[in-house]
Amino acid sequence: MTLTAFPGHAGLADLFERGLDAPICLTWELTYACNLACTHCLSSSGRRDPDELTTAECMAVIDELQRMQVFYVNIGGGEPTIRHDFWDLLDYAVDHHVGVKFSTNGSRITPERARTLAATDYLDVQVSLDGATADVNDAVRGEGSHATALAAMTCLAEAGMKDFKLSVVCTRHNLDQLDDLKVIADRFGAQLRLTRLRPSGRGADTWHELHPLPEQQRQLYDWLVANGERVLTGDSFFHLSAYGAPLPGLNLCGAGRVVCLIDPVGDVYACPFAIHERFRAGNVRHHPGGFAEVWRHSELFAELRGPQSGGACAHCSAYDSCRGGCMAAKFFTGLPLDAPDPECVKGHGVTALATASARPVPSPDHSRSRGGGAVPVAFGSRPVNRSDTPDRRARRIRCTG
Amino acid sequence: MADVAMERTTETDAKLDVKSTPAAEPVVDEGDGVTEELLVEEVSIDGMCGVY
Amino acid sequence: MLDQAWRLDGSVALRPEPFGALAYHFGNRRLSFLKTPPLVDVVKRLGDCSTVAEALADSDVPETQWPSYVATLRALAESGMIVRREDAA
Repeated sequence: MTLTAFPGHAGLADLFERGLDAPICLTWELTYACNLACTHCLSSSGRRDPDELTTAECMAVIDELQRMQVFYVNIGGGEPTIRHDFWDLLDYAVDHHVGVKFSTNGSRITPERARTLAATDYLDVQVSLDGATADVNDAVRGEGSHATALAAMTCLAEAGMKDFKLSVVCTRHNLDQLDDLKVIADRFGAQLRLTRLRPSGRGADTWHELHPLPEQQRQLYDWLVANGERVLTGDSFFHLSAYGAPLPGLNLCGAGRVVCLIDPVGDVYACPFAIHERFRAGNVRHHPGGFAEVWRHSELFAELRGPQSGGACAHCSAYDSCRGGCMAAKFFTGLPLDAPDPECVKGHGVTALATASARPVPSPDHSRSRGGGAVPVAFGSRPVNRSDTPDRRARRIRCTG
Repeated sequence: MADVAMERTTETDAKLDVKSTPAAEPVVDEGDGVTEELLVEEVSIDGMCGVY
Repeated sequence: MLDQAWRLDGSVALRPEPFGALAYHFGNRRLSFLKTPPLVDVVKRLGDCSTVAEALADSDVPETQWPSYVATLRALAESGMIVRREDAA
């Protein structure tokens, strides 16, 4: 199809929705090992998986990303700096023309390490923090984690690392701290990044008590409109665009279209918020063509790149801006994918949740202990309603004991 | 609009993380009332949903 | 601009797509989408042509569209994707 004139922003999103020949960027969870046990961890991390990609396999993935001209990769986990070969892989990536941003809780960022990072081209660092104060942050991320993050940012700032990222997952408890978080980012010469909490991984257990209340969503939208020029969002709040003018960003679910996830054992998922068999496209080890083959030819990605009907949302006046919201948010709250987003600002999600099926079990789960946080674990024990999923893939429903 | 020679070096700009402007109108006013259709559109690489 | 010599900046990765190309500047991390295949041709040729006009002509861009292409090239210059050549013939 030849496209010439474009009406503007909507045209580009429409194009990207059909999928590109290679991701623009992607998330690579390098290990499921983590020294923390955040209550909302999207990847249910804690313990290393015995089957994680070897150093050689990781380098082969990087070679592929270079061939495909993936512009940069977000390396996370778990805590990626825990991997013994992490710093070597980082160098390998930047040496092979693949830009890197890695996400860290900061526990391995020493002054010396920070100086090396600051001197490395095509490298960015993202420090995670979920509260301006230790009491708010540590309730989610664990005692001492606030101090660790601030120490890391101090090292990075003193080493001359400019514009690294301070990344915050917006919760009910930190939404009144956005100005303070901006002050913290400014203090270290960092850029504040706010992202949406999805009910993914361990987040499925804590979402009901952490996700912003309806009136707080309005507060967040207004804050982003007032401050958005200086704050990144990873385009994670397009469901809020239904309130009014769209927020900056593509306002598009990039999963399987322009981005995806490679997990520590080589599984490829549509996105890091969708770590579940339902959204697994393949494995880089199992296909002769590796990651490129999975990206280009998997059934799941072909499905995501096809026309999307919009389902229940298609006739809503807000659909053009909110696009029906986040499929991971729907899936992990037990909603069918053609239902409204559970946090639909018009309240349609709340209505839908009243009759939702049992929540799918997040899988796989590498948590060091289940129910170890403040929140009791609650899993549905009856099978998920599968009527909305294709028959052509066999599925196993795994239930925890 | 003056032509601008943008001599950038990777050394000075490697640390620069510029958030691109939100999608602008795809036309530009050349100053004499004539608007030209822009054939390029900028997107923020930090504005892709589904990435950490 | 038509009489000037330009080239793609060395930090830019140009990645073709079916409907144009993505251009990513590794230095300033700006990402642009080139919306038409002829534009991609022009940008690729720029460095080898003595002038912008030559690149447009070699890419078979109709002269009626040249103002639009020049405006587009100016936008690419502003974001650092293309730079002026010092060796202009």
